[in-house]
Formats: sequence, structure tokens, C-alpha cells
Amino acid sequence: MDATAVRERVAAFLAEHDPATTDPMEFLRARFDAGLAWVFFPPGLGGLGLPRDRQPLVDQLLRGTPDNDPGRIAIGLGMAAPTILAYGTEEQKQRFLRPLWTGEEVWCQLFSEPGAGSDLASLATRAVRDGDEWIVDGQKVWTSGAHLSRWGILVARTDPDVPKHRGITYFICDMHAPGVEVRPLRQITGEAEFNEVFLTGVRLSDDLRLGQIGDGWRVAQTTLMNERVAIGGGMPGGRRTMVGMIADTWRERPELRTHDLHQRLLRLWVNSEVMRLTGARLREQLAAGHPGPEGSGMKLLFAKLHQEASGFEVELLRDEGLLYDDWSFRRSDGVDFLGREAGYRYLRAKGNSIEGGTSEILRNIVAERVLGLPSEPRVDKDVPWKDLPR
Amino acid sequence: MSLLYSEIEDQLRAAVRDLLADKTSPGAADDGGLWKALARDIGVAGLLIPEELGGAGASAREAAVVLEELGRTVAPVPFLTSAVLATRALLAADAAEVGDLLERLAVGESTAALAVPFASSPYRPAGADVRVKESVISGRIAAVAGADVADVLLVPVEAGLAVVAADDPGVTVTPVTSLDTTRVVATVDLASADARIVATEPGALRDSLAFGAGLLASEQLGIAEWCLDSTVGYLRERTQFARPVGSFQALKHRLADLWLEIVGARAACRNAADQLASGWSQSARVAVAVAQAHCGAVAVHAAEECVQLHGGIGMTWEHPAHLYLKRAKADEIALGTPGDHRDALADLADLPAPA
Repeated sequence: MDATAVRERVAAFLAEHDPATTDPMEFLRARFDAGLAWVFFPPGLGGLGLPRDRQPLVDQLLRGTPDNDPGRIAIGLGMAAPTILAYGTEEQKQRFLRPLWTGEEVWCQLFSEPGAGSDLASLATRAVRDGDEWIVDGQKVWTSGAHLSRWGILVARTDPDVPKHRGITYFICDMHAPGVEVRPLRQITGEAEFNEVFLTGVRLSDDLRLGQIGDGWRVAQTTLMNERVAIGGGMPGGRRTMVGMIADTWRERPELRTHDLHQRLLRLWVNSEVMRLTGARLREQLAAGHPGPEGSGMKLLFAKLHQEASGFEVELLRDEGLLYDDWSFRRSDGVDFLGREAGYRYLRAKGNSIEGGTSEILRNIVAERVLGLPSEPRVDKDVPWKDLPR
Repeated sequence: MSLLYSEIEDQLRAAVRDLLADKTSPGAADDGGLWKALARDIGVAGLLIPEELGGAGASAREAAVVLEELGRTVAPVPFLTSAVLATRALLAADAAEVGDLLERLAVGESTAALAVPFASSPYRPAGADVRVKESVISGRIAAVAGADVADVLLVPVEAGLAVVAADDPGVTVTPVTSLDTTRVVATVDLASADARIVATEPGALRDSLAFGAGLLASEQLGIAEWCLDSTVGYLRERTQFARPVGSFQALKHRLADLWLEIVGARAACRNAADQLASGWSQSARVAVAVAQAHCGAVAVHAAEECVQLHGGIGMTWEHPAHLYLKRAKADEIALGTPGDHRDALADLADLPAPA
């Protein structure tokens, strides 16, 4: 379908569903049914089976019409949906994708555990078969949006007698089921962006299983790969940056300037510019259909720069650097890097090298997958999960 | 504008790489044959010279690709000094006064050098200690790169450029023992040598040095890439403690960090070359300063890691790592240090120093 045909299709849709008079949710459902939600999805599932690069045109043509809230549905959109598409049954795709996209049903991710962070495959949440159901017990952590979610993508251990990667199964967790308890997790910034989720005797019907029993690690790879694409591709170009903001402070407040800070600011500015150019080059590669391995590096660069810059800013501000805007324990649904004070930026940036893969794990990935260096000798490869030291 | 390599640039790279693989190896001296082959067979000498003057009419983007490959082999050829720096200086001069010099440079018949200390930065071009009187020039310029193989010297003077034949009886070019053995610097002594003065645009010297600095970043990228590739290759082969040394996380993380620096260097280099290809602007000056501030240090870091991670063999004369270390360290000084370029950004990016 060429650009003209896409335009015609959008025009026909808008003629039938006037965004000014249609209920916003009805409009979104109709947009999904017209195949204009994510056009790279198959027909009947909100798409038209078009190449991914047709989506920006559709989004542009429908700008100003009722839209889903991309922040609220980020995990559903970026992680659950591609996994359901790849491994779901026809019934699962029909049941879950439409309300996921419209935002009627919010999704969260139940992967990390207190005992399984970087080594996710060592996870200990158990799922035991009971007739047509599974009984799930365990604890998950760093779950953003769990308190708002209808569903969660869950990995659990179904066979402790085989090596860790082989005994995992992937489920869709009903967040309203009895035994699901969500508690806010207070972080070093004072508020709670994330949750702990306690699963106690949670019964999940077997038709909430995604993929084969014991195949959960492979299914999870689809989720994690899409997470990296989302992180790498989501790096903003041209938007205001942290270093740009610090540079403005520098220009406006000459009384803060010292020679030492000046030298460091110039270094930060160069690093920020190099990162901007690296991102711009990466986006050009993606657009040309040649995603390079550079994507794996962007998150590393981003974390390092954010941490250096935010630490610099607190020091630059001196007296004000001793202050903090708000320690109160409350829920927050997002990261407001540029809207809050320097102390918050400094503390929140510490998470950039931990969340979504620590910088140490990412360096391993770069070394092994990009540079082809050999992996460390593995002591857990052929050992049944139940015999691993924990 | 694009930060990627075009198909033509890829083809040029392949041609240069094949020729270098065929005709030289790191550390081998050039008896003149290598430069002739590059200059004439592939035509790199005239890359930046317009077609009507017998050149290829290409831009900084293509020259940058050639420099990446020359950096990868630390090839001892005067591409940067003659085909980039001297050529760029002549292109800024009055065409009528330049005569057929650019035509001769374009076909590799002649090789030129801009007679300035190689450490001159675009922000503080060193005023050469020379005196000109009625087409006769005298003075001394130290640490000039490419002068040892040039037959024409371009000496910056107040009115523009003094074009001096290297075989003039008043000219003595003395190569000095240099840190970088693959690009030695020389002292140029002028004792009442004949000079032809050609007028240049104001600021031409500064712009030529900045143009050269922006492209030098691509040579630095090539150096860093070779150092990373050879180190990765070695660490995969080298076994200690009954495992490949490259499986130790302490070393893997160092190489991952180096790879990241190089990814950034490639983006900064492509940006500088792309900006220089579209003429002088504020953003071109920023692009040059950013590329130099980043890439000079990346090449040195890569070469230092290369020596260290090769262990004992990296410290030997026999292994080529030292050639890259010496080139990288000399390049860090050439055409402005990373610190000089960062300092320039105080003005260029409006980040003023304390009062």
C-alpha cells in the first residue's frame, strides 16, 4: 500500500468517524478496527500488514484526533504486544491487543525479582500446574504501573529440575486475581515510581499461558529485544537535553562560574554533542534499514552522560545544591528529568545505569555480541535450577 | 546531509584499502611508489581539487574516508599535508596567481606542504618567523609535517602565501628525529630563497588549519579502529589461566568502553566532514572543534589500550602497536590539542569562562 492509498484509507476512516463528535474511546476502537492503530500489525489485529515505516505517516494524518496515552500504555505497546503477536494464540490476540492499544487495559511487566536481577533466568517465582490452572507464588519487583494494570506479563518457574533457562514458562497475569498484592516501592528520590508485587496462591487459567510450557525464556527474549529497540529508538533528537539546560544556567548566572567548572562543562558539552550525533547517526541507520550494533551502546552513553551532568549541576549550584524539592512518599507515574530540581535529577539519574539492563551487563553484551569476545566460563549452564547456589 | 557513508564513499574506501593492503604494511617506508599509486592510480591527490583543474571535484566527505584508511595503516604518505592542508590553502588563494600548481598537485606530479608548525591550532595560528622582501624570503619554521617529501613549500606571510620551490638553493629542509616515525617533522630554513607571493582571502590560514583539523579527526578514527580491532583479535587468541584472555570481564569492559568512544568518534567525524563539505559556517566550526576535542583523545586512548592489552608483545619494536601509539600521540598535538578545541567551544557554543 503506497502513501496515497494510506492517505485515502485515513480520509475514508475520518469521514465515517468524525473525531469532533465521536466518543474518544469509541474513536480509538474504530481506529483499531480500521487497521490504523499500528499499521505494521496484521489485518484484523489493528494493522494492515504494512512496513513499520508507514506508521509515522498515519500518526501524522491522525494528529489532533483522540489518542491513547503513550506513557500509560508504554509497556503494553513496547513489550506485551509484540510478544503476544509472536507467541499468542488467535484467541489471545483477539482478546488482548485491542484494549491494550486503546489503553482500556494497562499492562505491567513481572520479570525482575529480589533474587533475580541481571541474572533474570535464575528467577524463583513458582507456577505449579493444578488441572486447567496454574498456582503462582513468588515476588516481583521494579514493576512500574502495577497498581494501574489489568494484566502483567509474567515469567515463572514451572520446572525446577532442569537448568535455569529451560524451566521457565511465560504467562499473562490477571492483576485483579486474588493473591496479587501491589505495594509501592520507595526509591532514593523519595517517591515511588515502581512497585513490589507479591503473588500468593494466584490462580491463572492455562489459557493465560503464552507459548509452550518450558519455553518462557525464548518468549521473554522477544519482550526484551523489543524493550531494547524501544529504549534505543526512543532517544530524543533535538529535544532539550540536560546539558543544554545546565548550559543555560551557566549563561544566566556568571557568579557561579569557576575555572574548574568551566573546563568540566566544556567536556560535558562535547560529550553531549557526541551523544546527540551518535543518536542521529543511529536513527539514520534505522531509517535506511540497517540497524547497527550502535543501538546497544546508546543506553550506556546516555546513563554516563546523565550521571556526570546531574552531579556537575548540583555542584555548580552550590547553596541551592544543598536543597531538595520534595522528599514526600507518594506515587509518581513518570520521570520528570527536566521539570524538577537538580537534586532530583542527580538521584534519579543513578537509575539510568541500572534499569533495563545494568551498564555492566550492557558492557558484557557489547563485548560478546558486538566485539565477539568469548563469554566468561559458565558454572550454571548444565546444573538443574534447584541445585544452584542462591 | 548524512552521517552515513555513501555508496561512492564505500567504493573509494575499498579501492584505497585494497591498494594499501597490496603495497604496504604498517611501518614500511615509502620509496615514493605508494604515494604515486595512491595519488595517480586512485587519484586521491586531486580529490579536493575542482574538475576544471584536473582534480576529482570531491568534498571533505570523500577525503575523510581516505584519511580513515590511511590512519588504519599509519601509511607514510603526504595526503593530509599536501592533498588536504596545502591544497586547501591554495584553493583559498587567488586562482590566477596560483598558476598551474593545483593542476600539478591534482595529478600527483607535485607535492606541497603548508610550512607551519604541525602543532599550530586554528585558534592561534603560529606566526612564522619569516621575512619577505621583494620576492625573497628568509627565516626558519620548525616542526613542519610533510616538508621532507614536498617539492613546493607554502609559507604563510602577511600578504597571503609565499610559494617556494623546495629545490631552491636558499631552501634547506632538515628532517628531525620525530616521535611519530611514520610522519616525521622537519625544520625548514629559508635563506634568501625565491618566493612567489599569492594573495589569499583574510582568515584563509585559520580556515585551512581548521579544515585540516576537522579531517584529521577521521585519521584519528582510523587509528582507533585498527587499535580496537587488533586488540580484540589478540584477546580472542591469547590464552592465560587456561582461558582466552578476552573472556575476563575486566578486559571486556575496557574494550566495550573503547568501542563506545569509537562509535561516538565516527558520528563526530562524519558530522565534521559533512559540515566542511557544505562550506564554512558557525556549525562547521563547532563540528570541527567537537570532532577534534573527542577524536584526538579517543585515538590516544585506543593506542594506549592496544599496547597495554597486548602485554609484553605490545611493548616491542617488532609489533606495530607502537607505530599507532606514536602517530596517535603526535596527532593529538597536531592542529590543536583536544584542550585547544574545547577552549574554542567557550566562544563557539557560548559557554563563557569565569571573569
